[in-house]
Amino acid sequence: MSTLPVLKSADFASDQDVRWCPGCGDYSILAQMKKILPDLGVPRENTVFISGIGCSSRFPYYMNTYGMHSIHGRAPAFATGLKSTRPELMVWVITGDGDALSIGGNHFIHVLRRNLDINIILFNNRIYGLTKGQYSPTSTEGQVTKSTPMGSIDHPLSPLSLALAAEATFVARSIDAHVKHLGESLKRAAKHKGASLVEVYQNCNVFNDGAMAYAQERKQRADNVVELEHGKPLVFANGTKGIRLVGTHLEIVNTADVPADDLLIHDEKDPNPSIHMMLARMSYPSMPEPIGVLRAVEGVPTYNDQINDQVNAATETKGVGDLDTLFTSGDTWTVD
Amino acid sequence: MASPTTSKDVQSVSGITVRLAGDSGDGMQLLGTQLTNTSALAGNDVATFPDFPAEIRAPRGTRAGVSGFQVQFASEEIFTPGDTLDALVVMNPAAMVTNLDDLRHGGILIANEDGFNEREFKLAKVESNPLDANVLEETYRIIKVPMTKLTREAVSEFGLGTKIADRCKNFFAMGMVYWLFGRSLEPTLRFISAKFSKKPEIAAANEAALRAGWAFGETTEAFGESYQVEAAKLSPGIFRNIMGNQALAWGLIAASKLSGKDLFYGTYPITPASDILHELTKYKNFGVRTFQAEDEIAAVCSAIGAAFGGSMGVTASSGPGIALKAEGMGLGMIMELPMIIINVQRGGPSTGLPTKTEQSDLLQCMYGRNGESPLPILSPMSPGDCFDIAVEAWRIATECMVPVMILSDGYIANGSEPWKIPTVSSLPSIEVSHPEGTDEDEPFMPYARDEYLARPWAIPGTPGLMHRLGGLEKEDGSGNVSYDPDNHQHMTDVRAAKVAKISSRIPDQEVFGASHGDVLVVSWGGTYGSCHTAVQRCQDNGKKVSHAHLRYLNPMPSNLGDILGAFSKVIVAELNTGQLRQLLRAEYLIDCIGVNKVQGKPFTVTELVEAIERHNDAATGNADKSETDNFQHQTS
Ligand SMILES: Cc1ncc(C[n+]2csc(CCOP(=O)(O)OP(=O)(O)O)c2C)c(N)n1
Ligand code: SF4
Ligand SMILES: [Mg+2]
Repeated sequence: MSTLPVLKSADFASDQDVRWCPGCGDYSILAQMKKILPDLGVPRENTVFISGIGCSSRFPYYMNTYGMHSIHGRAPAFATGLKSTRPELMVWVITGDGDALSIGGNHFIHVLRRNLDINIILFNNRIYGLTKGQYSPTSTEGQVTKSTPMGSIDHPLSPLSLALAAEATFVARSIDAHVKHLGESLKRAAKHKGASLVEVYQNCNVFNDGAMAYAQERKQRADNVVELEHGKPLVFANGTKGIRLVGTHLEIVNTADVPADDLLIHDEKDPNPSIHMMLARMSYPSMPEPIGVLRAVEGVPTYNDQINDQVNAATETKGVGDLDTLFTSGDTWTVD
Repeated sequence: MASPTTSKDVQSVSGITVRLAGDSGDGMQLLGTQLTNTSALAGNDVATFPDFPAEIRAPRGTRAGVSGFQVQFASEEIFTPGDTLDALVVMNPAAMVTNLDDLRHGGILIANEDGFNEREFKLAKVESNPLDANVLEETYRIIKVPMTKLTREAVSEFGLGTKIADRCKNFFAMGMVYWLFGRSLEPTLRFISAKFSKKPEIAAANEAALRAGWAFGETTEAFGESYQVEAAKLSPGIFRNIMGNQALAWGLIAASKLSGKDLFYGTYPITPASDILHELTKYKNFGVRTFQAEDEIAAVCSAIGAAFGGSMGVTASSGPGIALKAEGMGLGMIMELPMIIINVQRGGPSTGLPTKTEQSDLLQCMYGRNGESPLPILSPMSPGDCFDIAVEAWRIATECMVPVMILSDGYIANGSEPWKIPTVSSLPSIEVSHPEGTDEDEPFMPYARDEYLARPWAIPGTPGLMHRLGGLEKEDGSGNVSYDPDNHQHMTDVRAAKVAKISSRIPDQEVFGASHGDVLVVSWGGTYGSCHTAVQRCQDNGKKVSHAHLRYLNPMPSNLGDILGAFSKVIVAELNTGQLRQLLRAEYLIDCIGVNKVQGKPFTVTELVEAIERHNDAATGNADKSETDNFQHQTS
């Protein structure tokens, strides 16, 4: 076996000019992606990025891999056809909050429940960027946007809760500005066998600037974000506060006031998603918001493995299909 | 499993048209399929027309719940299931009143007498027993048979409850019909033992009912003689009976094998296309992967994803689902990937008439996408032709790098006919190649083009050919996103020219009859059989009428314009309000007369002959002119 050439981050950049607004959070996600891909050891030609439509969905054009900038909301469906027939490829889906949760909500649910072995990166800027600033399914109640001058009256949707409800096997969240954490989250997603969802808080500095500043800005982050680590207690605010499970809900405690083993220990591998769901529902300002891997359950069969297993099993029991045999199966008659 | 033979007189006839009609739960479709297969095995030419309600269990005993199966079997070549019936079997009053009009005078009416009682009259909304009407005896040969009672007696030894015993009734009816038309019981006996192999007592009861029905025919005074239809003189070869959707599925499998490309079939269930899925999913050992998507949008997109990966991506639906696929199809077309999109048409608009046939999606397939997005469209003309069309669609798709549409319809999808089994070596080979990998010294040009304007099918996994496809307009050659006005003009023209050029790679249009004359009948799709038979009849009547049946709808064959110009009148017969007529008028600037019908039913030969002859008389100057025929006020 020949040794694979060692690739650098720059090898993954295409020759196309990046056209996001200066300061957009998308840049950071692109940079982290290019940074971690060489570590994964998958050749560029075996890597495919499939996106829907939106600012975020321009992503594939900037990667020197195979790619498809498809239609609004449907990227998971294209990925299903590709991954089912070419399981050896590493397939990434790049989507936005509108793309994945509004027009593409149906495909989002179904690709997760089927556990197709792909990595979905959802750029959540809580706004429709490309169409210039209408509210999205993750916009907050009361949010004033171009299409909600008196404030949004929709209740927002949490992509993490939705993914858990769809029985997703890998659910994580990260932040554009928290680059190291972001890179690690992308890597974890890539390594998971099965459907992986990473929600990334992404700042749209043009239409929704600072909407998630409480989590993005380094200074505020400590107080408003809990970084999940498997097997570790949930603490934040520089270790001064923690999260405790009481009955069927979570509450904030001062770590100084409670015994250490009172704190909730994070178990990303728990097959029961109930506590993961509680974490997904923690939201600012009443609670700190979790980032990191909420759920990572291995060993669930993937759609692509199963569809190919059936083909192999049928071929083993019936032999490779033969057209002549097929045509003459059942009743036939001969005319001389 | 020996089949008995009759000792009564046998009369030889050239063809018989029978309709079996009963309640949805009476097993009429099974009876019809068995009679068809048995007749085909006897060497007859056969054509069928199953007609059933959209509801799975439509209210029992009502007119809406009537399910029918019509079959014509003949000793000569036939192209339709027949217009008028020689025999009609009815299981209840609703079946009788909804079907009797189609029985010819002097035809045989066989009624299950036990199904005619006060309760059934009420359900069928008839005042009194329709079997008692005086006119009946004068018009038809009526044979009343207490089928329920006789079936119960025949199966009594098996100790089944009456409910289960009564379910054997259709086999009793079958036995009687088999006796009447000299059919062997053997194929159906084989079917019974295979189908009920796990329930031997049900198998035995059904066999007993079948044999009792046959014996009833042999002994009853009501039948003086039976009928015999000799084998048809079909061209030599091995034959089997095949249904349209089955032929389409097999054609796809064959195309997949011929091209060495595994078939990926993404779809969402919808009548009348679902049977393609049911059929394909049985053949995983041919490398077939079927994906039942969450909706039609996901279905078409998954097929495109498979095509991007280098597989044979196929999706199918009916009109409502094709509407949902429109955006995806547009993407497939601008990405210039080979794939197949099948529309098995049904009555529209909206949910329309799910189980009835119509040809009203032609313009949807021609134009139903945003922007300038032409796609090639092929249309099979008979159940067996679905096989050839599927292979041809994949040939064109791969040669020209374009999604190809197949426009079938419910009539051929569910209809069946004898199919001459092709040898695999006689099938066209489909050469598919992918560009090989490079070490990236030169930039890859995903939109470089060959003489037919096809671009290379470079697939993921190939080193050095990494490229990005998408729905934004792309620069010719490089495929990079481009908003350049001249480039957009150029790409629009190239995509249209690519489809137009296909006309140089398809056979010339053939004409049945003289190549010029008074009247040319033009048709497409599933109406081939009735149009062909009608034209033949007009020709037999001494009229100068010819027929051109289109299998290629976009682009049309290059000689079609000349053909149309060689006739004084062009009649376009189609089951819509004039969609092909519009296309022909627009493309060839010729006047066309429409013969149109939208009743959810195929054309009858009789109504076509009448319409053609009327226009022919007008063309030759001996009748009044009327522009367009439609049968909307006609009940048939
Ligand atoms: C079928 C269809 N409907 C609407 C649009 C217009 N459109 C493009 S992107 C978009 C919303 C994108 O929002 P999001 O997914 O959040 O992506 P972002 O631009 O914020 O990254 C809309 C409505 C479209 N391209 N296609
Ligand atoms: S509009 Fe917003 S999301 Fe889009 S590129 Fe500009 S900053 Fe980024
Ligand atoms: Mg957005």
